[in-house]
Amino acid sequence: MTVDGIENGIVLDHIEAGKAMMVYKYLNLDKLDSQVALIQNCSSRKMGKKDIVKISEDLDIDLDVLGYIDPGITVNYIKNGIRVDKKTLQLPETLTNVLKCKNPRCIISIEQELPHVFKIVDRTKALYRCMYCDTIVRSEELN
Amino acid sequence: MQPTPRSIINILDLTVEEIDHLMDLADDIEKNPEKYQDKCAHKQLATLFYEPSTRTRLSFESAMLALGGQILGFAGASSSSAAKGESVADTISVMSNYVDIMVMRHPKEGAPVVASMHTTVPFINAGDGGHFHPTQTLADVLTIRRTRGSLSGITLGLCGDLKFGRTVHSLIDAMLRYPDNKYILISPEELKIPEYELDKLKEAGVEFEETTSLEEAIPKLDILYMTRVQKERFFNEEDYLRLKDIYILTPEKLRNAKPDMAILHPLPRVNEISVAVDKDERAKYFYQTLCGKQMRMALILFLLGLDK
Repeated sequence: MTVDGIENGIVLDHIEAGKAMMVYKYLNLDKLDSQVALIQNCSSRKMGKKDIVKISEDLDIDLDVLGYIDPGITVNYIKNGIRVDKKTLQLPETLTNVLKCKNPRCIISIEQELPHVFKIVDRTKALYRCMYCDTIVRSEELN
Repeated sequence: MQPTPRSIINILDLTVEEIDHLMDLADDIEKNPEKYQDKCAHKQLATLFYEPSTRTRLSFESAMLALGGQILGFAGASSSSAAKGESVADTISVMSNYVDIMVMRHPKEGAPVVASMHTTVPFINAGDGGHFHPTQTLADVLTIRRTRGSLSGITLGLCGDLKFGRTVHSLIDAMLRYPDNKYILISPEELKIPEYELDKLKEAGVEFEETTSLEEAIPKLDILYMTRVQKERFFNEEDYLRLKDIYILTPEKLRNAKPDMAILHPLPRVNEISVAVDKDERAKYFYQTLCGKQMRMALILFLLGLDK
């Protein structure tokens, strides 16, 4: 299968195989008018299999969300068919309105206008803690 | 710009040196109450209690009155603007304009974090659901220090609801900062201490054991900290009824305890300590409420900068 390169926009590479849809959902790519390509299970020398997302628009993406979904993703910025910038990601210190606190005893359960803020507690296990009630959330709970 | 006022949400918001200072101050308050009786003259404390807690509220109010200060506030969300849907943030912003220091009890965990982000005066968490209750822990550590003479070298037994019991978790957090203490965790399987709290004991490298038998543990203890199985922490009435009577401290069970062991309880008790135990010299749970008042006095003075 062939998917063309893009002239201007962003290529999200080295996405863990199976996570492209999650990237699509959390970056709200369905709201875009421009072309978006989701490529699943590409062969990769480094990863065996990987997903790629190509977006033909130079949009301001939330790198924190992306870093949380998969810190191994590389973000390539393309201009006139040439890569002009490349960013590697890491798990963000703080996540705002990405994870939802599900603790029914948390203040957030009755005050809906409060932002859902989580702070990192363990980088190796990708554990985050609700800023209000201290409930720990694991990375796999993001779906 | 004004400096950010201090908020005490968790016992760990105070350093060991600060806790030691508060205990010294509480001891001085006990010896010389007249020295402190006008310290908070013309100062106002708000007690914002979104759920009933007569004991904690009255302890704070009594503490402020004993310092010559004034009090205002509400007890129960129905008598506050929360009943009309006002947010914690808005209530705190408004109250910041009225008082010099605030105390809040809220049924939801993390409400004090929201309050601390909006207050412009010192703020004290007086309990947020099953989460934190730092001034109870201040009462506990002062009672332990006064009855044992130190906060080190103690075998501390924690009995009852170790899963939802926030006072137990806070007390462990506080005591882990003092050396050479041992911990005996006494609870039914269903109310065992949570894994994350157990991890703290393991990380600290302290000696601890978990048991379901109060009788077996009691001879080893210097402090027995009893807790109530709280109805409000259960979603299921059946579970509550099954577990509420599991440990009841009676004079018979105390026969094998050390003669100088101290019995503490954050109160209110339901039936987990038989009233016959009240006459025993080792029963310190009513004395603990006096320690609580004196520590709250010390904390108010400290946060208002009136402790010097």
